Amino acid sequence: MPEKKNLKAKTGNEAMAEAMRQINPDVVAAYPITPATEIVQIFSQFVADGLVNTEFVAVESEHSALSACIGASAAGARAMTGTSSQGLALMYEMMYIAAGLRLPIVIAEVNRALSAPINIHGDQSDTMGARDSGFLQIYCENSQEAYDSMIQAVRICEHPDVLLPATVSTDGFIISHCMEAIEMLPDEQVKEFVGSYKPKNWLLDVDHPFTLGAIDLQDYYFEHKRQEIEAMRKATKVIKEIGKEFGQKFGRSYDMIETYKLEDAEAAIVVLGSTAGTAKVVIDEMRKQGKKIGMLKIRVFRPFPFDDIREALKNVKVVGVMDRHDGYNGYVPPVCSEVRSCLYELDKKPKIASYVYGLGGRDITVEMITDIYQELLSGKTDTNTKYIGVRE
Amino acid sequence: MANLKELSKRPELLSGGHRLCAGCGAGIIARQVMMAAADKPVVVANATGCLEVSTTIYPFSAWKTSWFHSAFENAAASCSGMEAAYKALKRTGKVDKDIRFITFGGDGGTYDIGFQSLSGAMERRHRMLYVCYNNEAYMNTGIQRSSATPLGAYASTSPVGKVKKGKEQIKKDLTKVMVAHNIPYVGQTAVGYWNDLTTKVQKALETDGPTFINVLQPCRLGWGYNPADTAVLGRLAVETCFWPIYEVVDGKYKINVKPKEKKPITEYLKLQTRFKHLLRPENAGIVAEIQKNIDENWAWLQMMEECSNKAGV
Ligand SMILES: Cc1ncc(C[n+]2csc(CCOP(=O)(O)OP(=O)(O)O)c2C)c(N)n1
Ligand code: SF4
Ligand SMILES: [Mg+2]
Repeated sequence: MPEKKNLKAKTGNEAMAEAMRQINPDVVAAYPITPATEIVQIFSQFVADGLVNTEFVAVESEHSALSACIGASAAGARAMTGTSSQGLALMYEMMYIAAGLRLPIVIAEVNRALSAPINIHGDQSDTMGARDSGFLQIYCENSQEAYDSMIQAVRICEHPDVLLPATVSTDGFIISHCMEAIEMLPDEQVKEFVGSYKPKNWLLDVDHPFTLGAIDLQDYYFEHKRQEIEAMRKATKVIKEIGKEFGQKFGRSYDMIETYKLEDAEAAIVVLGSTAGTAKVVIDEMRKQGKKIGMLKIRVFRPFPFDDIREALKNVKVVGVMDRHDGYNGYVPPVCSEVRSCLYELDKKPKIASYVYGLGGRDITVEMITDIYQELLSGKTDTNTKYIGVRE
Repeated sequence: MANLKELSKRPELLSGGHRLCAGCGAGIIARQVMMAAADKPVVVANATGCLEVSTTIYPFSAWKTSWFHSAFENAAASCSGMEAAYKALKRTGKVDKDIRFITFGGDGGTYDIGFQSLSGAMERRHRMLYVCYNNEAYMNTGIQRSSATPLGAYASTSPVGKVKKGKEQIKKDLTKVMVAHNIPYVGQTAVGYWNDLTTKVQKALETDGPTFINVLQPCRLGWGYNPADTAVLGRLAVETCFWPIYEVVDGKYKINVKPKEKKPITEYLKLQTRFKHLLRPENAGIVAEIQKNIDENWAWLQMMEECSNKAGV
């Protein structure tokens, strides 16, 4: 790995905005919402200072933000936006449309709890509500990952085998507003890595006019959806390739999942986002006392990395899956549900325990995660979802 | 302005073979708008509605120019994005042509669910022409009332029954609302005045900024009339001053057609089944109210024309 250079102190929001500056998209259309507001503000300052060629559209709602990105992308532009929570919820309708029209738009998304009750802090219920929208979903552990993932997402989404949009998420406040040292790449290298957007059909190519967004009835809709599903499947390979290429070029490789001390682990937890960082501290501490524990971080939730997860957890005896969102009396919440069904294929199935934590930004502490590991190791888990750190 | 002969030589950007109803005014509007626009490359955004579903049934399309649809309430926002893309790609040299942008929305997609997106796009000053083909109800989903539906009209969600007599509220005057956006060009016209429509479209497209034209569109299914009478109804709407034809250029009003003699509104109502119940004697009060609204609005418009054109205003 090359020596660390160009270290900068950046919050998650700053890191994402810097990545956007270096990507230099043709169009950014956005609307303010805590905790993502800063991304838009910082970016509009870049526009005001002439640091990007971007046409910035300060729209009147998130629905219009994504609609304008969709129009721009269909027209032939590289388009991006940023949002959180209610903003993403207002985009839901258009998220399915962006994906269905196969437009590679990247959303810098800061995870925040959904109303009601209104709350501005981090949980993952906003993106979980869009998990079947056809968007790729990348969850970041820290600002560095957010920065790197934004850059990779452009390439992934625009790959001819994929052509789907993506959300790149950070946990609200925990990452978005927390200052960290990140390694930034030189502008030129990012520019070269992302290349330019060259769509096959684009509406402003007026010498080759075409119709996009026609009504698609019983005779074609299913085939088009089938292609979209296939694109999502193929995205796994593309994400891995681009994550590897990024590593070869810049020294930080990425994959669908990240494992931590899983090789000989008897108990493991599965997490998304910043909680992975806290879990690593717990694992190091408990391993000193001889506990064989590890962790699996899901970096990409869509497409879901079922092969990788099954392979990584096949020898673990007990798995605790931590959801920062609830499925409202689904059998288990969404991440647990997916992990559970992919492990069902194993002959020797691990025991699975479900935990919901951190709703509305409730802290998840080293002690809480330690307790979860202790419960997993005790052999006394059951199938009921446990709610961590809540007054019952 | 190109005359009819010149217009007729331009390529037809909306071809036949679409599946709008026989006698549908929406097709007439779209065709004439596109004819007036066809001297330059033009990209179209369309809101969900009759025009969209009937002209683009995959794998077919009646459009011979780049055409885009994504949802119902966001045509102006999608067009904003396309226009922003155009500016960006022109700057970076990927596009070198002079392209115009037209958005089509029905009254539902314009007055109601798409109102915010339209207002935002106009305020942001995107260079686009927004054409509302206004058939005064949600026709595509089966004639439900919109805020453009006139007082007393039957619609499937403002039905006529034992106690209710059709729509109970007066319609929103969206043209006035668009004037209040202080955009450089706002026009109102109707099917049956091709010369007025094509002239307005050409003026609007020459304007460097956001422009809006509200076109009254007889819908034979929702209004209930003989399909041969589409243009007749458009003209009657103007001759009764139910739907005055005017434009507001940089704040100055001009009434483009002044009927010599204002026809009574019953002339217009009696040809349409949506107003049939109003001709019953017990509903004379509603007709009188409609007439009163027309008279007041007509007087108001004439006053606006006079004052806005006074020197120094
Ligand atoms: C968000 C959303 N709500 C409702 C609909 C259903 N819908 C489709 S077209 C339409 C009515 C369109 O009315 P209008 O804009 O007046 O156009 P017209 O059909 O009269 O041409 C409705 C309600 C939809 N497609 N999307
Ligand atoms: S229902 Fe009305 S607007 Fe729709 S296609 Fe038929 S005539 Fe035209
Ligand atoms: Mg309508």
